[in-house]
Amino acid sequence: MKLGLMVRKVLGLDCCGGEPAENPALPKVLVVGNPNVGKSLLFTRLTGRYVTVSNYPGTTVDVSRGHLDAGSARFEVIDTPGMYSFAPITDEERVSCALLMGQRAHAVVHVVDAKNIERMLGLTLQLAEAGLPLVVALNMADEAQDLGIRIDVRRLQERLGVAVVETVATTGRGVRELVRRIAEAKPAKGIRVNYGPVLEAAVAKAADAIGDTGHVSARTRALLLLQSDAPGTDGAPPDKGPGELVSQITLETRRGLEHSVHYHATLALKEEVRRTLDGVASFPASHSRTFAEKLSRFLMRPLTGVPVLIAVLYFGLYKFVGSLGAGTLVDFLQDTVFKEHIHPPVERIVTGIIPWPVLQELFIGQYGVITLGVRYAVAIILPIVGTFFVAFSILEDSGYLPRMAMLIDRLFKRIGLNGRAVIPMVLGFGCDTMATMVTRTLETRREKVIATVLLALTIPCSAQLGVILGLLEGRPAALLTWAGAIAAMFVAAGLLISKVLPGEGPTFYMELPPLRLPRVGNVVIKTYTRVAWYFKEVFPLFILASVFIWIGRVTGLFQLLIKGLTPLVNWIGLPDETAVAFLFGFFRRDYGAAGLYDLQKAGALTGNQLTVAAITLTLFLPCIAQFLIMKKERGLKATLLMSAAILVLAFSVGALANVIFKVLGVTL
Amino acid sequence: MTPPAVEEVLESLYLHEVEGAALDASPAFGSAAKEAVQMGLLEQRGDALRLTECGQQAGQDVVRRHRLAERLLRDVLAAGGEYLEEDACSFEHVLQHGLSEKVCELLGHPQVCPHGKPIPPGPCCQRARADAIQEVRPLCDGRPGGQGAVAYLATRNSREVQKMMAMGILPGSNIQLIQCFPSYVFQVGYSQFAIDRALAEMVFVRWAPHPDPPRLPPE
Repeated sequence: MKLGLMVRKVLGLDCCGGEPAENPALPKVLVVGNPNVGKSLLFTRLTGRYVTVSNYPGTTVDVSRGHLDAGSARFEVIDTPGMYSFAPITDEERVSCALLMGQRAHAVVHVVDAKNIERMLGLTLQLAEAGLPLVVALNMADEAQDLGIRIDVRRLQERLGVAVVETVATTGRGVRELVRRIAEAKPAKGIRVNYGPVLEAAVAKAADAIGDTGHVSARTRALLLLQSDAPGTDGAPPDKGPGELVSQITLETRRGLEHSVHYHATLALKEEVRRTLDGVASFPASHSRTFAEKLSRFLMRPLTGVPVLIAVLYFGLYKFVGSLGAGTLVDFLQDTVFKEHIHPPVERIVTGIIPWPVLQELFIGQYGVITLGVRYAVAIILPIVGTFFVAFSILEDSGYLPRMAMLIDRLFKRIGLNGRAVIPMVLGFGCDTMATMVTRTLETRREKVIATVLLALTIPCSAQLGVILGLLEGRPAALLTWAGAIAAMFVAAGLLISKVLPGEGPTFYMELPPLRLPRVGNVVIKTYTRVAWYFKEVFPLFILASVFIWIGRVTGLFQLLIKGLTPLVNWIGLPDETAVAFLFGFFRRDYGAAGLYDLQKAGALTGNQLTVAAITLTLFLPCIAQFLIMKKERGLKATLLMSAAILVLAFSVGALANVIFKVLGVTL
Repeated sequence: MTPPAVEEVLESLYLHEVEGAALDASPAFGSAAKEAVQMGLLEQRGDALRLTECGQQAGQDVVRRHRLAERLLRDVLAAGGEYLEEDACSFEHVLQHGLSEKVCELLGHPQVCPHGKPIPPGPCCQRARADAIQEVRPLCDGRPGGQGAVAYLATRNSREVQKMMAMGILPGSNIQLIQCFPSYVFQVGYSQFAIDRALAEMVFVRWAPHPDPPRLPPE
């Protein structure tokens, strides 16, 4: 068994929480739709399984599965990442398209934001034209009603020829009806969009060539093939069909059209949507500006938005996570709970049961499983990560993050990213591993690589951040130097990579969801899910590390490794003892930082040394979990290359900082 | 103000010299022509009277007013018939002091008279035409609060077009610009989006005239 696979099994890392594996015997229900229309919440309503939901597009980057029992029938429900159209732009959209094209589903639930029905019905028409067993959920029906939008569901149903149900996922309204309609879903018939003479001729010809196989109509597959950049790849069905002929038809068609096939097809769809909604939906001529809208503008205007942004980071990250989480809570758990109430009885029991000191050391003492592994995980990491995810969940659910993205886009362009990358970057302050997964929402490979490197190199995760804040506590100059060095590295690395990597600069486009008041229930359950995921990842690793260290100490390997590391830490001006912390750092950065924390408490390090150590460890290689995710997202070769570069950079920058302090005669 | 009799002279000569109409040399010319010469609108050249540069302009203006009057009588007042010509002749002298511009605007800057003859464009027509061209401007040149309909997308890059379409930016979609800096924020339907300048440059919008004309204080 490969080590990677084993560790992933141990960590349960393949997905967030106990995901039921795909069950081929059960009929499938696909939940699809535009981003940020409430698919995930509806999924939770249908299956009772919680998946992370937030108020911004692109929360779901992977597929979730759950079960739905409708009467005697049992279905497997699949929640998919949001898609704007059948022609995917980003990776996560591609996932959804592939699912629709590749899997014969019992039902396809198209979740539509009722107030934006005009924009989203195009996809409904496409799904219906494909002959999929469609059920339309007009979600957020309450919001649409509040805005004065009236939709005649009966007539819409007649025109589309498929079931239409009004739902409110947040309260559960209409869900029972939806379940009933899902159970009796039938392939859609009778929708045929007129794409205009040129396209129609081409579609007919290509459809003939492809032939009617599979669950998606030949007409739809033909149209998708004509739209794709390279027929047979993008958004095309997995069965390639008679590619040659279709390519030929595509080329001829493109010559006959003024714009791309996609453009003409979308215009035709828009016209069809207009016809479909005529007499079915009415929209008020104007709507008054709500408080949320006013607040939204306040947050987006640079003059008011930037101070708010700084305040959010200061109070949310520094005060709440740094002071409360990493300060008050850690002190309480560490000093009061562990040192006073847990360690003494544990030591008594262990020494009582196990007579041999060598074996005693496995559990207690400086590196014991309980006194070190469990204490680090529970007393240091847990409160910090917990407070971070509370803050982050509130930010997510309020819809603030996309507004942050639009404020910061211009700055991020300089380092080869766009505003969209703000979300993985901020998430990285919580957990770099999760953040690396979220880089999937970025458009180009170039952006993904830049974001991955910056996350691995410069963004300290909350655990690490908390420990470092604790480490440099009471030394504001050292803290500022550390922050400055890391920020400088962030900018420098970004500038450098964006210069070196070929490819075009990114463009920024993002939906700004309405601001909403976060619901306590969702914040709690989301924080819980994430902390549980995180803990599952961290805890075994900490125990494992303690055991490895114990084995190493017993066999003498530990001392040998430390001896090997000593010159390296001496090179950057640190005493021999810190080699231990760096060895821990190979397991997890924060584990290493936590080791330093103990040294600092013992007063073994000067301010300069602490700063150098903090800088080096922050830039240091991420934890094993992140390494594995990087490998999954970017490939082994790229990951090894990045890791090697990061290792060299971390120590070089540490050494450089040390030299600079010496030359300038700085004492921090 | 030019006396009506002089205007008649200028009109006849303009039609003759510029549009090549036959000159009906009426005897009433005498005194009015003398007055026009004094005003520097006509000059004696050989044995014929000709329009000076100033005179030609004045003549063009009279013709313009005459034909606008015809349109006004016919299109708005539904008058006309056999008296159209006669009424227009008296009307043309009334349309003074910017009244002709108001009428021209009211009629939507018409280009030909009911007889199919060209109406010489006035300054207001030129302004309107410039406005019509200016009206379609890229999203990045709009001002916050501005509304309009998407006219076209100025890119052939299908990827960019695809993004626009995903946001509902299609020719004909109504769009409102909310903010220009640091990113462009706009609303389509009930959704708001933020895009960068590169994308905002590609969206050409037919801007509606200013939504709120300055309100007059109540009297």
